[in-house]
Formats: sequence, structure tokens, C-alpha cells
Amino acid sequence: MANGAANTMISIRAVTKAFGPVRAVNAVSFDIAQGEFFSLLGPSGCGKTTLLRMLAGFETPTEGEIFIDGQPMSAVAPNHRPTNMVFQSYAIFPHLNVRDNIAYGLARKKLPKAELGAIVDRALDLIKLTGYGNRMANQLSGGQRQRVALARALVCQPKVLLLDEPLGALDKKLREEMQLELRQIQREVGITFVFVTHDQEEALTMSDRIAVMSKGEVLQIDSAAALYEHPNCREVAEFIGTMNVFEGRLLTVSGGVAAVDAGPAGQLLAPVNGSAALTPGSAVSVAVRPEKLELSAARPGTGNAIAGRRQAEAYLGDRSHYYVEAQGLPKPIAAAAQNTRRGSGVAQAGEAVWVHWPVEAGVLLTH
Amino acid sequence: MHSPTISRLLVTFAVCYLIFLYAPVLLLPLFSFNDNVYPNFPLKGFTLKWYQQMLRDQPLLDALWASARVGIAVSFVSTVLGLFAAKAMTRYSFPGKGTITSLIMLPLVVPSIILGIALLTLVRQVFDLDLSLITVTASHVLICVPLAMLVLMARLEGFDKNLEEASFDLGEGAWRTFWRVTFPLILPGLVSSFLLCFTTSFDEFLLAFFLSGTQPTLPIYIYGLLRFPTKIPGVLAMGSCILMISILVVAFSEWFRRRGIDSQQGSIV
Repeated sequence: MANGAANTMISIRAVTKAFGPVRAVNAVSFDIAQGEFFSLLGPSGCGKTTLLRMLAGFETPTEGEIFIDGQPMSAVAPNHRPTNMVFQSYAIFPHLNVRDNIAYGLARKKLPKAELGAIVDRALDLIKLTGYGNRMANQLSGGQRQRVALARALVCQPKVLLLDEPLGALDKKLREEMQLELRQIQREVGITFVFVTHDQEEALTMSDRIAVMSKGEVLQIDSAAALYEHPNCREVAEFIGTMNVFEGRLLTVSGGVAAVDAGPAGQLLAPVNGSAALTPGSAVSVAVRPEKLELSAARPGTGNAIAGRRQAEAYLGDRSHYYVEAQGLPKPIAAAAQNTRRGSGVAQAGEAVWVHWPVEAGVLLTH
Repeated sequence: MHSPTISRLLVTFAVCYLIFLYAPVLLLPLFSFNDNVYPNFPLKGFTLKWYQQMLRDQPLLDALWASARVGIAVSFVSTVLGLFAAKAMTRYSFPGKGTITSLIMLPLVVPSIILGIALLTLVRQVFDLDLSLITVTASHVLICVPLAMLVLMARLEGFDKNLEEASFDLGEGAWRTFWRVTFPLILPGLVSSFLLCFTTSFDEFLLAFFLSGTQPTLPIYIYGLLRFPTKIPGVLAMGSCILMISILVVAFSEWFRRRGIDSQQGSIV
């Protein structure tokens, strides 16, 4: 992702927000580029909504500064910021119809009636609600309200659109449709989107980059693929998708490969990513995704292998998770297999198997 | 549980309850049309002369007009002050919030007679002001602000505070946000508050008794009339008119309140 000073839209500098003794956001710094679809992902209470509300101006940072398009924001009230927000509750004005809701933010511009009408018509067209202009909020479904909230914010032509879990209240099918639609609208209008969600799948599908947050801090900022393939710590690894983690001690590092004594799992190898100083003897873990694992009856010649006994299968339709219990490990190992040719070559429950994976499929986690 | 005997008893109870509650009130219009100076049975004949007497009784009309003016001023001032208080209580947190709420609510539980004497002392001895309808108005505001605050707090708590934030977010300041979002949404609450304060002030006796000067309010004037039996039928006539107006006002405010609920929860199409 290009991130030069020229196209930086939001710059968050050492921002802290304290509510009494609680630091909801703790010394966070990062940049968001113009036109980027950027997600703040984390469990509830991680500070993502507080950070979004600071961007909107509803909360003031206790320390630090937020710059939007180069301007410091701490002295700027919410109604003078170049941001607009889609609220989790949508906050559609119940006493106004759809047209008046959409036109709400344009009233102060005192546009001629015809021009205003044309803008609202275009917005209704964009959100596919042409003909719904005279309905009141309570005559709309959840998905329609969500779109009206989006249109109401977009007609103000903000530099940044803030979305606070906008899809949280929708059912699964509608949510998936809206994810695609939101992404498409974002590409059309080219506005920077900052999207807050606790749903990792949603963040992975929609975002250019994702910041994973926990307890007020940003753990990792990366593209979806990088977060999934190369998490930088155990928390990110376990928050996004399923991850098998084997704890151990670092033995040696040579040729970009670390050897780890993982106790009951035996000696495991993992590629060293990045330039962090690694001292032999320190506590590290080797992590590997279920779909990188293979099960076989005989021990393969190369790579990592752990002996175990196949337990239950979790059938997920397109794929299945097989759980393998290995002597001395606290949790069974999860291995995923596509169900394209179901039943071929998978061990039966109760059979002794080897779980194995190539060295480069694993990730070395130092914390 | 639902045996016929029990439901019959319940119906009887309800009917008796309604009779005890409303029969005395209904005597008022009954005697106001009765051709007899004394309000007693048996009824003598139908007449409208007490209504004519009422319209000629200038001091009675003056007292009515005084009460109406006080009532309107009280409801306006109390509703505005109550709105400020309710907004502070529901939208902000600040030190001493609980104490301040209790202080605002206090006049509701202090006996009016104590409040009346205290205010009379304050007005005459401390400030040395003349008693007038203004002092009556001020004392009524004291007991109406807590009522207004309670009504409006319920209304303000009832709507999503994100709506006000959304208005700020869309570029409006505090003043325009109030008029474009908050005001239309709490309007039913404002009307209820206004009516509640008006009725409270309109029939308030004790404070008005202590604090009115030469110009009496309606309750004070009627109390004074009890010594003159010939004047009573005119009062009955006026009472009947007020009763009629009250019923209309209550019906209107209830209709308005329901309309407000509907537009929030969504049933009008």
C-alpha cells in the first residue's frame, strides 16, 4: 500500500483516550490513505468505537492529535469536520421521510430546490431506493434504513466516511449482500472509509487494510492476506480464523529457519519472518493454520510432523475440520480438508495418524 | 380463578368505584341547570339563568382571567426550565447530579402551607415586594418545574441520542439541532408538560392564598364566595364550563400523546 505523505488522509498521532482510570485507547499512531477502505477490527471493548468517535469529534483525545487531510482536528467541532458517520443504530430521523433524511445535511447550503431534488434523486438511485422517497423511517426494513443512513452521509461529500458496525443488525444473507454493495459504492465514490467491526470475516472480505485492536492498542495493521498468513502475535493469530499454536523454546536459528523445542509436539521448524532479535532459550510458539495441515498414516520424510489419534469431525459443508489428539498437548490439533472429493483418503475416527506440514507453512510467534 | 362470581364482584367494584369518583363531579352541571338558589334535591326546574348570572359577574370573570394568565405564564416558564433541567439530567453527567435532582424535586414533597409561609416571609420581609399575580406565578413555577422535568426526562430518555449526534455530524450546530431534531421529537412531551403545569397552577389554592395581593385567582375568589349563598349557582355554572373544557383538553392531550407514540414505534402508513 502506497502511504506517502501526499495521499495520507488521516493521521493518528499518539492518541490516548482515558475514561477515568481506564485507557480505552492507548497511545495509538497510524495513517490511513486517501480512498482506502480501512477497518478497525477487535472484540467489544477494544477501543475501536472510541477511536472512531474521536475521528468524528464526539470524543476528544486525552492526549495526542488527529489530522484529517493535514488539518489538526482537536479544536474542530463534529459539525465542522470533513467527516460523516453511519451510526450502528442508523439514527434515521423518525419524524422525517427518506428524502428529508437524505437532504438533512444539505439544508445549510441553501441550494435551489431543483438542484437539491436532483442530488437526492441521484442518492436514492445509488442506494437502489428510487420511489421510496416519501416513506417514513418506520416503514423501512433494516437494510433499507442502513442504506438511507449511508446516502444521508454521502450526499454531504465528506472526505472520510465513518461506519460504526453498520451491518451488525442485519441477518447473515443481507449482510453479505450489503458487504458487496458497500465495497462497490466505496469504489464508485472514492471516499476514504473507516469501518468498525468485530466480525473478522467481514473485515477480511471488505478492507484494503485492517487494524486489529485489543485493550486499547493496535496489534497489527496489514492487508487481509498478510494478517491471515503472517500474524505478528498470538492474539492476532487466534482472533483471525482458527490457528493451531504450539508453545515451546527457541533452540537455534540458521538460514532463516528457527528450530523450536515444542515439548510434547517434539522439535518443530518455522521460517523466521522479520528482523526481531531472537535469543535461543526464549519462549516462542509455532503456529499453523488448519488448512495447511495434512493427515497421513506414515510419517513423511520432510517438514514438521506430530503423531496423534484422529478424533471427531466437524462437518462444515464445503470443508471439514478433523480434530487430532496428540499425547501431552492441551488442545486437539485442528486440520481442515476440502470436501471436493469427500471420503477419499481421510483417516477414520480413532485411527493413529501423523499430522504434518511443510516448514514454510508455519509462523514463528515471539509473543 | 375466573369463576362467574368473581368477575361479577369485579364488575360491581368497578361500577361503584366509578360512581364514587364521578357522581359528585356530575352533580355540578346538574345543579347548574336547576332553578333553585340552593344546590339540593328535589330538583325544581330547568334554567339557564345561572349561566347568565355568571356572565354578568365581573369579579368572577376577572378571577378566571387572572387564573388563566397565571396558568399560561407558569406552564410556559416551567416547561422551558424543566426542559433545560431534563436535558442536563439525561444527556450530561456532572458532579452533584443526584443532589441537584433532589433539590429540584423537593418542592413536590414540602407541604404547600410551609412553602406558602416561607415564600410570604421571603417576599415581604426579605425582598419587600408587593404581593401580586407575579408572586403567585413565581410560587407556582417552583412546584411545576419538577413536574415538567419528570415528563420531559421520560420523553428525552425515550429517543436515541445518536439522533442528536447525527445532526451534529451532518453539519448542524446545537441551536439548529434542537429545532430540527430534538424539538419535533419531544413536542408531545412539551404539550403534556404544558397541560400538566397549567392544571396544577389553575386549581392551586394554598400558595395563591398566601401570595396573591388584591387580585385573587379563581380558587381564592370562589372560596371567598362561600359566604354569599346567592352567588353559589354562578360558581356552579362556571364549574360546569371548566369541567367541560378540562374533558376536551384531556381528550386532546391523550390523542396527541398517542400520535407521538405511533410516529415513534411505527404504525401509521
